[in-house]
Amino acid sequence: MGDNLISVNNVSVNFDYQENFISKKQKIHAVNNINIKIKKGSFFGLVGESGSGKTTLGRAILGANKISSGNVIFHDDERDYDLTNMNKQDLKEYRKKAQLIFQDPYAALSPRMTVRDIIAEPLEVMKITNSRQETDERVRDIAAKCRLNIEHLRRFPHAFSGGQRQRISIARALVSNPKFIVADESVAALDVSIQADILNLLKQLQTELNLTYLFISHDLSVVAHVCDVVAVMYLGHIVEMGPSRELFKNPKHSYTKALLSSIPSIDPEKRSEAIELKGEIPSALNPPPGCVFRTRCPNPGIDCKGGEITMGLTEVEPGHWVDQCCVL
Amino acid sequence: MSHLLEVKNLDVKFDTDEGRITAVENISLSVDQGEVLGIVGESGSGKSVTAKSIMKLNPGNTSYNEDAEIILDNENILQFTSKQDLKKIRGGKVSMIFQEPMASFAPAIKIGAQMVEQLLIHKNINNDEAKSISINMLKRVGIADAEKRFNQYAFELSGGMRQRAMIAMALSTMPKLLLADEPTTALDVTIQAQVINLIKDIIKEYQMGVIFITHDLGVIAQVADHVAVMYLGSVVEKGPVNEILKNPKHPYTKGLLQALPDINNLDAPLSPIPGNIPSPLDRPTGCVFRTRCPHHNPEGKDGKIEMKLIEVEPGHWVDQCGIQCGQNG
Repeated sequence: MGDNLISVNNVSVNFDYQENFISKKQKIHAVNNINIKIKKGSFFGLVGESGSGKTTLGRAILGANKISSGNVIFHDDERDYDLTNMNKQDLKEYRKKAQLIFQDPYAALSPRMTVRDIIAEPLEVMKITNSRQETDERVRDIAAKCRLNIEHLRRFPHAFSGGQRQRISIARALVSNPKFIVADESVAALDVSIQADILNLLKQLQTELNLTYLFISHDLSVVAHVCDVVAVMYLGHIVEMGPSRELFKNPKHSYTKALLSSIPSIDPEKRSEAIELKGEIPSALNPPPGCVFRTRCPNPGIDCKGGEITMGLTEVEPGHWVDQCCVL
Repeated sequence: MSHLLEVKNLDVKFDTDEGRITAVENISLSVDQGEVLGIVGESGSGKSVTAKSIMKLNPGNTSYNEDAEIILDNENILQFTSKQDLKKIRGGKVSMIFQEPMASFAPAIKIGAQMVEQLLIHKNINNDEAKSISINMLKRVGIADAEKRFNQYAFELSGGMRQRAMIAMALSTMPKLLLADEPTTALDVTIQAQVINLIKDIIKEYQMGVIFITHDLGVIAQVADHVAVMYLGSVVEKGPVNEILKNPKHPYTKGLLQALPDINNLDAPLSPIPGNIPSPLDRPTGCVFRTRCPHHNPEGKDGKIEMKLIEVEPGHWVDQCGIQCGQNG
């Protein structure tokens, strides 16, 4: 596949869980049988509530979480990396090419390092540059691209606002010249006016540096604005996936519909047309059998109520995939 | 009719090592019974400080100006000094719901015990009565197995349920005024929708006044009757929610609305408000928004125009500098 950067094939991630030392070991099914292809140069969105497995999947793709079954392939120009089967040398190479931007710019930056050192650290750790001069050049270069001033580099993170800090985190992630970025809730902690600024910056850097993003967020309006393709996750499963405009205009899964209707509209005359979902996301320790959404589904069918329909995506329109339970 | 709560000319200043910080300047607000006043603004705009002043919960280095008044039920809260008086306010006439319910509940005390404790302080009732009131309140906010939850700790509840328990606790003393400080920010959208509906139902049922603080204009549109937009400690625009969101006059309010991604209009570009909020240590003189204002007129830019709210439509107040700037852009 020439135009994909990442292929995720049947990936599941389980965690062992033991409530206390005498109780039985259990498995948490955090991510179940996920298949996604991320095209080169795309802005791939992953949405869902807390506990849906978005972050776990993102980390699994970066090789930061162990993949229990299935595989993730990173298609680089010269060769493919299979994440489930990588030696140390390959992993080091892969780390240069795939980076993570975190949610909280207050927690992600060491308060004892200057901004220059924070941004330069990946270069030094990965031994990408050979001299201090070269490092400085690259740091200055990326800082300028992320709209940081040269004089900022000498200061410590406490002197910066949330938006500036997030730009520092972005510069740090981009300094090793990666091709793939996982942005995990990267604008969730920011004020709206700054959020818009960071989103525009990410977009701009994407074209400038030829980046591919996996953008993880719980905020559907943000995802709708920046992403080309969106996957909606619920309890470790993708329940709907498709081109973002198509998906938001024409949602097919009842969970996607409910999520969309839950966004508070800024029109005071359109109050509360939300499809109210009852209850909360069930525990991943014992997910309901069959369709995982059926315990909260506002209009469950007769078959799925019994949990007889297994999870599985069907293509309803070209590129628009919906879990079969909601199509039937 | 007099208002349930009236805040007049309130300044709040903090004495810090770096100097005296003006957190809130010359704020006047009012809330009626059964009315929801929304306060919006970015972080650092003084929303929470304003709310905390109403319960006198700001830390010891706080000073209020002499001529400020916070009148609740014909009593000026700012003049309360004794613990007895303050007790009547805190948790009695006024209750507060915080953003992070995990941080607001004591982690090592059962939820029920915390609810009973505050009821015993504020109401003249015995333990059993307090327990039954608490359990009924937990049921009222939609917690299943209220009796079981009553004997659990905060960490055993999920985020949405903790927030419901927090609301139940705040309402069980039947306050006249509820201060809700970002009560839905930490919640998922589907849970947020549930909690917003719950708060709206409860306001209707108990006819209390509410100050609802949030940075989310969408949430404001859903719950508030009136809105005050705050920037760097000042109210720059206030009025009925419909007016403010559909016909904003101040460039800051306009900027906030334009920065908001709208799911119904995906082609609209996201336009951030340029620059950063200045540090409260060097708060601009004159119009506080002038350092970031995209349309500032020359006098406003020099800080020569003082902050003053002017009524442009009945009930719709806009800062005078912002009226002129708003017309330019």
